[in-house]
Amino acid sequence: MNTSVIAVDEYEPAADTDASTVPEPANKVSQTMEPPARKKSSGKLRGFAEKSMRAILLPGATFIIVGFIWTLIHMKISPQIPSLSDTWQAAISVLSDPFYKHGPNDLGIGWQILYSLGRVMAGFSLAAVVGIPVGFMMGMSANIQRAWQPLIQILRPVSPLAWLPIGLLLFKAANPSAIFVIFITSIWPMIINTAAGVKAIPQDYMNVAAVLRLGRLEITRKILLPATLPHVITGMRLSLNIAWMVIVAAEMLTGGVGIGFWLWDEWNNLNIPHIIVAIVLIGIVGIVLESGMSLLQSRFDYSRK
Amino acid sequence: MDHYLKLENLGMTFKTQKGNFCALKQVNLSISKGEFISIIGHSGCGKSTVLNIVSGLLKTSEGYVLLENREVNAPGPDRAVVFQNHSLLPWLTVYENVRLAVDKVFGSGKSRSERDEWTRHNLELVNMLHSLDKRPGEISGGMKQRVGIARALSMEPKVLLMDEPFGALDALTRAHLQDSVMEIQATLGNTVLMITHDVDEAVLLSDRIVMMTNGPAATIGEVLDVDLPRPRERLALANDPHYHRLRGAVLEFLYRKQTKKEAA
Repeated sequence: MNTSVIAVDEYEPAADTDASTVPEPANKVSQTMEPPARKKSSGKLRGFAEKSMRAILLPGATFIIVGFIWTLIHMKISPQIPSLSDTWQAAISVLSDPFYKHGPNDLGIGWQILYSLGRVMAGFSLAAVVGIPVGFMMGMSANIQRAWQPLIQILRPVSPLAWLPIGLLLFKAANPSAIFVIFITSIWPMIINTAAGVKAIPQDYMNVAAVLRLGRLEITRKILLPATLPHVITGMRLSLNIAWMVIVAAEMLTGGVGIGFWLWDEWNNLNIPHIIVAIVLIGIVGIVLESGMSLLQSRFDYSRK
Repeated sequence: MDHYLKLENLGMTFKTQKGNFCALKQVNLSISKGEFISIIGHSGCGKSTVLNIVSGLLKTSEGYVLLENREVNAPGPDRAVVFQNHSLLPWLTVYENVRLAVDKVFGSGKSRSERDEWTRHNLELVNMLHSLDKRPGEISGGMKQRVGIARALSMEPKVLLMDEPFGALDALTRAHLQDSVMEIQATLGNTVLMITHDVDEAVLLSDRIVMMTNGPAATIGEVLDVDLPRPRERLALANDPHYHRLRGAVLEFLYRKQTKKEAA
């Protein structure tokens, strides 16, 4: 090829207006001219310092305001709401030995959370095993979609806890019933997102498959699955978020080991500091689950990379 | 003239809620091996429908398509398509997008290392060897279209079908890609059927320009022979009176004989 063709690629502006193309000319300038380069890097440093200040100071201010209101409630309105320092002491004592075992009914808070997570994972995995294939079928066949859609529409808005009696009746035990509730919780977002993902596959990909004469199995493996994966992960992410909320409520009803029942038990003991510690811990576990799923999601988000 | 690719009485009727809509009728065209044919017409005239029928992505309602005297009515790699919006698979790298086609077409004919080499060779033709491991989302629109062309070429098609391949690109990128396509066609001697709505592009690249009348019931209005010598040089042609006569003939057809009733 001649030089005119090679020169092209420098001219071609990126189709997607992503930020990565912007700094390029700036870097070229900095290679030749020293002062602007130094100015730029110090500006960058200042920008970083400013950003991290904002990332710490602003949320910090919120926590301080909430702490102030909390203290106000404790002092003026309801002295049963524990003070900040009492709660802090409780948190330290609870978290200093999270995995103690004093008999089957007295386990550390770490165990409580792990038991709850175990139920969530069991129900969530079962829902994935059932929901993702069902979603695929609904996405691929208009008839299956038509057959299932009304049932799903009726059941989806129902609080998953409404299914707990059915679970207790079916399984005659608390633990499988809680898992059953998580299964019901998780399955709808998975079905709906998977089906939407299959339906959102651009006709272009299927045209490519047709020109290449890909077989049914090859289309599934090489086009359908990878094209739908981001949607499936979105469904899983939504499911997991709701499942973690629902397990706390489900365990309050079923009892046994688990953070939900532990929280309820502390209410029965009128140990309010422990309840607040549990609330914060549940939130932190939720964040961890959520960021794990976002990490997975960004790994398979082809459009942004 | 040999009839390498022949379109016989093609007609297309779509069933709509308001009844049947006749998009195309009586399209007859004969293309020789190694010819570069452009189909030009106003938007909505059914030029893409013609291409989709030749590619087999659309089933014709009337008539048939013959390739080397054999009827074709299903898609296949012997009529590789360069899609307008590149249609690369976003989860595969540049290399993997082309390799998918190579593996499918030459899976039994070539060894693993031959297929690797053939994939690289075709990406080299379009000057994309530098971005083998990038995903489509990481490269520019022009580069994506280059990969799309490499993928189509890698199937060693009997006919290369291009559906407004440069329509979505800016003018500068488009010009460079047109030059690339001219060079590749000069080297490989592909038979090409290209849909375009760009008069300059049609005159620059084609051996013949097929001009279509407006729909409904669109058909071929005129066929213009572009007898400019090759290789063609964009800058030299800018001052060539014959080039301007040819260009004028296409414009005359599009804007006097086939004026769009309402602005599209």
